Amino acid sequence: MVADNFTSRTGQKIEEAGPGAQDLRSSRRFWRIKSFARNRSAAIAAAFLAIVILAAVFAPLISPHGPDEADNLARYAAIGTKGYILGTDQQGRDLLARLLYGGRVSLLVGVVPTVLAGAIGLGLGMIAGFLRGIVDQVIMRCLDIVFAFPMVLLAIAIAGAMRPGVLTEIIAITIILIPYFARLARTETQSIAPMPFVEAARAAGGSSGVIMARYILPNVFGPIVVYATTLMGLMIVVGSGLSFLGLGVQPPTADWGAMVAEGRVILRRAPHVTVLPGLVILAVSLAFNFLGDGIRDALDPRTIGR
Amino acid sequence: MPETLLEIRDLAKSFPARGKGNAAVQAVADVRLTLKRGETLGLVGESGCGKSSLSRLILSLMEPDSGTVVIDGEDFLGASVQRKRLMRRRIQIVFQDALSSLNPRMTVGMNIAEPMRLQGLGSARERDGEARRLLDLVGLRASDAERYPHEFSGGQCQRIAIARALVLKPDIIVFDEAVSALDVSIRAQILRLILDLQTEFGLSYIFISHDLGVVRRICDRIAVMYLGRIVEIGPAQPVCEAPRHPYTEALLRAIPIADPRRMRVEELGLIQGDGFGSPKPEACAFEPRCPHRFAPCSVKRPTLIPVGDHHEAACFLNDRSQRKGDS
Amino acid sequence: MTPDAEIALAVSDLRTRFGGDRSGATVVDGVSFSLKRGRTTALVGESGSGKSATALSLLRLIDAPGRIIGGEIRLGGENLLSLDETEMEAVRGAKIGMIFQDPLTSLNPALTIGKQIAEVLLAHKDVSRAEAEARAVELLTHVGVANAALRVNDYPHHFSGGMRQRVLIAMAISCSPQIIIADEPTTALDVTIQAKILRLLHDLQQEMRASLLLITHDLGVVAAMADEVLVMYAGRIVERADVDTLFHAPQHPYTKALLACVTDIGGDRSVPLEPILGTAPDLKQQQVGCRFAPRCPAVQDFCRREDPCLMALSDRQEVACLVVQRERNLMAPADA
Repeated sequence: MVADNFTSRTGQKIEEAGPGAQDLRSSRRFWRIKSFARNRSAAIAAAFLAIVILAAVFAPLISPHGPDEADNLARYAAIGTKGYILGTDQQGRDLLARLLYGGRVSLLVGVVPTVLAGAIGLGLGMIAGFLRGIVDQVIMRCLDIVFAFPMVLLAIAIAGAMRPGVLTEIIAITIILIPYFARLARTETQSIAPMPFVEAARAAGGSSGVIMARYILPNVFGPIVVYATTLMGLMIVVGSGLSFLGLGVQPPTADWGAMVAEGRVILRRAPHVTVLPGLVILAVSLAFNFLGDGIRDALDPRTIGR
Repeated sequence: MPETLLEIRDLAKSFPARGKGNAAVQAVADVRLTLKRGETLGLVGESGCGKSSLSRLILSLMEPDSGTVVIDGEDFLGASVQRKRLMRRRIQIVFQDALSSLNPRMTVGMNIAEPMRLQGLGSARERDGEARRLLDLVGLRASDAERYPHEFSGGQCQRIAIARALVLKPDIIVFDEAVSALDVSIRAQILRLILDLQTEFGLSYIFISHDLGVVRRICDRIAVMYLGRIVEIGPAQPVCEAPRHPYTEALLRAIPIADPRRMRVEELGLIQGDGFGSPKPEACAFEPRCPHRFAPCSVKRPTLIPVGDHHEAACFLNDRSQRKGDS
Repeated sequence: MTPDAEIALAVSDLRTRFGGDRSGATVVDGVSFSLKRGRTTALVGESGSGKSATALSLLRLIDAPGRIIGGEIRLGGENLLSLDETEMEAVRGAKIGMIFQDPLTSLNPALTIGKQIAEVLLAHKDVSRAEAEARAVELLTHVGVANAALRVNDYPHHFSGGMRQRVLIAMAISCSPQIIIADEPTTALDVTIQAKILRLLHDLQQEMRASLLLITHDLGVVAAMADEVLVMYAGRIVERADVDTLFHAPQHPYTKALLACVTDIGGDRSVPLEPILGTAPDLKQQQVGCRFAPRCPAVQDFCRREDPCLMALSDRQEVACLVVQRERNLMAPADA
């Protein structure tokens, strides 16, 4: 602890200092950015996700084969086979190519609806939690109706009204997820709204809009981001499930979840056909989780310097 | 005679009951108070007496059922949205839990300057300069402006909260149990700061506390609250030394004095019951616990009547006509 | 301090650490005192002074990675620090009763009051459940809970703060312990309720001829309750005296400063408040010299170098202050 002597204008001599005063006194903004990099698992996760996303985006340029190119002579090729580094499936399609192209669908279906639902749910939940009363009742009862339907049934209903495809999947998953985010945002808002620092802002003349934007939103954002990143991996799998039911992208278009599903019938003969996309889903889900924790820590000054 | 700065007119607030069959809780009822320029008014009572609700009503953080607050002759609670926002500059608040009264995501400097920002005052540079000036004023370092609230102790956070309350140059500051959570030595430091600031800037204070000892030490006048109502009000000395309401007396006799020659545990005054629940509407709220209760107490509610120089109490014991009727 | 009083519990050179070996702090650092039968000893200090850690150490309730690193706690010929965990469980509740500050979190919200009191009895005494529950009613009546026979069936949230504290007291005295430790028992309560709880504690302690260790930061409560007072600062006892001497002839500068900060109802309004400047030291750092030296108004050069230990000024007062000790020409003890 650093003890400094100093005198206030009112004549009191005080010796006070908090923990770690000296090392924290340097430029604060620098630390905020650096703290993110300091969180090594988050940094590694971010780098990994960047590679995965780039690989999916540039799949046509880097893929050695087309995703649907079937080579009848090279069926069930094992990992390391010449020309098929990650092997082939039962139709002789290159697994690397399918993973690269499948990433385009899976990442789209995992990330886009979660981000959309997160944003919409955050807004609705904050409004409900902050304004309370009749607005709260109306918003939450409407969302409860969505909540009450079984997830897949609801997706089938939505997708049934539209044509199967990626857009349908995205819309269906978004609608399913909104109530989850809204509930979390509402609970967080209700725990922050009565805090004295919010009351102090009201006492200083802050309007409801300003208080929601400057006080509630930054404090609710962290939990929402963490929740969103935990859902992304799951949504990749849910998206595949919708495809499996014929509501999303249709075969032969590759997505990771569908690859796992297709490979399971030949699990004994060629386990890598199932295991490889499974591992990719696992790694991507974990990476999103680490990234979420890292973002939360980077947003919260209380964790800086720990 | 100093001018009246703040006037509280018949404020009342009740909350809907929790659970079936319970009547609404009357948190604040018919509270009338005045605050003169440069004065410190103490507001004392035990938990559940409505003192914190009253502070939120005064600051317009909560809508009253009836009544209003007048600042310098101008209706504050009834003012238009824009006018009220401007009037808020004149009255600020310091809370009990200093750390949670600061936004954890803002630096200390931003926290202190935030009221200026909310009021649209000054440039970013001016606000930062003001925050640093105030940090120095409340006994911290200007460089602390760059740190975050969680890096400070409870006493230091309370200094920061006081700096924030000062930034709009208010006339009135409401302290809501502002020193209750602090250790004895830190509490004395903060009380000293509060008193020094008052002398320097001529501030008027409403000092809300459950601790009659602290209130007596720093307040000019004391109002004692019981179940939402003021039961006694007057200058600090007569209220503490010659209380005219049995509840004030009970409070005073229950507080241990830090001198074993003056008070040992056997001499602590004990009264029955606790200060919770809903009183009968047509009776003195303190009647069920009162050691001096007599006939009229259970059928009529006493109102504040003068019992001395600027000293009022709401008790039939002080009302000669009621006592005569009793005997 | 009457020397003939029988010693119920003797603590010597107790040392307790919180946190790991490197990052932790020795929060109780060489504390020695004794509790006498039928007497109330107050342990006074501000937050972080180590007073609660001392109480928890007596019951060996220090959570890992914190631990007791040295000393001796003698209770009836046994050193509590050398007992195994099972033997220690038989001490807690039975020989030493504990009353915590927060009566709500100290009670199990899912069990009725009667069952919780009965649990304590069943754990320590050879009684049937019916006997234990009957005894719970007696105990509740004894601590002033009206309609105890009905209220044993209530849950903690049905009770007010003061009533919950009575329940905790009933649990603490259920096995008639010789020692009762009360850690800030009235801090969370309103003053009118505090007065009643203090009176109850006092009456029970007199009736049971038990030793009461009362931990508090409130000097008013100390003056009302204590026979003997221990003043703690930064993990050390800096002054020990009987209550009258402590309030009327305090010797340690910290004790004096603390008394000057008191804002009780009996003080003189015209005397300006004299706060102690600064804050307590960070015990994670190595301490050199007297721990109060940086804030002490009477500090001398040697205070910053030498570490004072408690020395008797009279049979009623001990103080750990080098300035006072030098003024009185006290020699350091031979073993120091």
